[in-house]
Amino acid sequence: MKYALSSLALAASLGSAQMAAAQTEIEFWHAFTGRLGDLVAEQVETFNGSQSDYVVKATHKGNYSETLNAGIAAFRAGEQPEILMVFEVGTATMMAAKGAIKPVYTVMEEAGAEFDQSKYIGSVKGYYTAPDGNMLSLPFNSSTPVLWINRDMLSEAGIDPDTDLSTWEKVGAVLDQLKEAGVQCPMTTAWQSWIHLENLSAYHDVPFATQDNGFAGTDTELAFNGEAQVAHISAMGEWAKDGKFIYAGRRNEGGANFRAGECALFTESSAGYAGIKSEAQFDFEVRPLPYWEAVTAEPQNTIIGGASLWVMEGHEAEDYQGVAAFLNFLSSPEIQAKWHQDTGYLPITAEAGDLTREQGFYDENPGTDIAVIQMTAKEPTANSKGLRLGSFDQIRTIIDEELEAVWSGDKDAQAALDSAVERGNALLRRFEQASQ
Amino acid sequence: MEKRVTFKGIWLPILLVFPQILITAVFFFYPAGQAIWQSLFIPDPFGLSMQFVGLGNFEFLLSDPYYRASFATTAVFSSLVTIVSMAVALYLAVLAERLIKGSGTYRTLLIWPYAVAPAVAGVLWLFMFNTRVGVVTWYLGLLGYDWNHVLNEGEAMGLVVVASAWGRISYNFLFFLAGLQAIPKSVIEAAAIDGARFWTRFRTIVFPLLSPTTFFLLVVNIIYAFFETFGVIHTITSGGPQQATTILVYKVYADGFVGQDLGSSAAQSVILLVVVSILTVVQFKFIERRVHY
Repeated sequence: MKYALSSLALAASLGSAQMAAAQTEIEFWHAFTGRLGDLVAEQVETFNGSQSDYVVKATHKGNYSETLNAGIAAFRAGEQPEILMVFEVGTATMMAAKGAIKPVYTVMEEAGAEFDQSKYIGSVKGYYTAPDGNMLSLPFNSSTPVLWINRDMLSEAGIDPDTDLSTWEKVGAVLDQLKEAGVQCPMTTAWQSWIHLENLSAYHDVPFATQDNGFAGTDTELAFNGEAQVAHISAMGEWAKDGKFIYAGRRNEGGANFRAGECALFTESSAGYAGIKSEAQFDFEVRPLPYWEAVTAEPQNTIIGGASLWVMEGHEAEDYQGVAAFLNFLSSPEIQAKWHQDTGYLPITAEAGDLTREQGFYDENPGTDIAVIQMTAKEPTANSKGLRLGSFDQIRTIIDEELEAVWSGDKDAQAALDSAVERGNALLRRFEQASQ
Repeated sequence: MEKRVTFKGIWLPILLVFPQILITAVFFFYPAGQAIWQSLFIPDPFGLSMQFVGLGNFEFLLSDPYYRASFATTAVFSSLVTIVSMAVALYLAVLAERLIKGSGTYRTLLIWPYAVAPAVAGVLWLFMFNTRVGVVTWYLGLLGYDWNHVLNEGEAMGLVVVASAWGRISYNFLFFLAGLQAIPKSVIEAAAIDGARFWTRFRTIVFPLLSPTTFFLLVVNIIYAFFETFGVIHTITSGGPQQATTILVYKVYADGFVGQDLGSSAAQSVILLVVVSILTVVQFKFIERRVHY
């Protein structure tokens, strides 16, 4: 009798232990601080409050590179999180890590979760899909470059602020006028490689690298020393020499100059919206990224930058159920529309974009839909789907170095881009070897 | 004249050096051995596979003209940091030693910069020389000089050298001051009575007697410039413009932790290890001979 009682007690305590453990914990490592960090925390809280089976635990792990490193180190130690945020240049590294990652479409399939891949915007998800069209990771924060203009400065220089700036030819003429009017900084840029080579190539439908920009295989070679790119960098080099294009740094240093009202034109991510809106003491406007009329009559789409969420291998089936639920929650139109409106990042589904329009956000904030239109106006081609290159972070550094040589007048555009291609190819061959 | 302690057995000396050997083994031999081992492979970042390439990583590095150029950059950078920080520190120490009033305050103030971490020092200098809002840039602009270390290689090098040497001046100052105070006053006074002026006394008596300190600081400062200036370069230039400030140790970081190329990064560490060993041997073999203890 006594025995039976104690086993009953044991069973009861086991039962309650199971009750407590019923909430599966899901680790989510991300790279956001400040306002973006708060918004992520808010999303996670909403998810945790919306159901009782899973608890997502979001942790900030430093900047993009540091977060990726933390994920890699954790995997080596067998302590990896379920979900890891990886910036777009780390995509090829993650893809090559078979055995470390679990493709998102597989996660969804195995969890039996509803997952309609056609709902996601082609040019956003394209960056993260396998050659067969299946999504490997879930786009989280995506933006695309646009042209920001300081309308007050244009007016002061005697230029109609509504003037057409859709092509680089027209921009060139405006830069001449600005310079003549004595403007110190007619144009500046952020993220030079991303905007003036990667996006330039996609926008004009010319390859950045062979093998469909690396999508078709790791035996890819860089190809951005083509005619269109050389012509653009050459023109930018001329503008730099004449003081019409002011180089401020490799990252988004130029943003400070633009927001302070010193520069008239600024090529920067559409996600620069929040910062510019809060700081700019002048009338600003968003325009589509210019294209070269001499190269194409009508531009292709631009490509994205930002990060996506990768699911890591090595967890229980139950955990992946939770991951699937969380990823579906993030993709829902309400959550996406709010994220898009709060941050200026692109929505990842067409539904979220439609919802934002219905809510009247674009009417109240003119220009915020330019990035969406620019991305979705055309079906992406092999040249404008995105880039999938190993060691891409280092290749960007090489490009930065070579472009600096052009801006300072040490090299001409052709020589600099040839050199960048040659140096980058050496890294691609190493990556190919490492990921065999 | 050498003093040597002799032990009778073998076990006591072994026991006495054991803690030192153990610490060296755990914190130096083991990681260095790991670096040498890893430098023979091309691993994938996640540690899922490794390919043996023998000396392939070294071949890849040494055939890269940009990597070879980084040696020259490192040599220029290290020499400048060492010379600037030691010369200024010596000058200040000589002045401080002659002070009678307020020398305590003066010395304390001079030691402060040493407490500033390299990365923070980098940010401070970057603020002053920022091409847009920097105070110094603004004054230079008034003088008609257009400061732009973002594109000008010489200016970028100058800025990282000054920022790296700045905190180091305090450290060198302390040692020079202690060294100066250890020089017997009677020798200097005797020379003064013989009619030697300050500069002659400094050149013929003070500087030679200071040589042990100078030698020690030379070794320590070169090692500092090689390895500990990473934070300054990372915050000010990230190795640019072009590759003007990419020193060897910065490239180890960039390739290993940004590029995830651990094989190349390990091979670079091994090369650095060899370079520093050679430098130290050279210093002890050739320069130390001229040192008077």
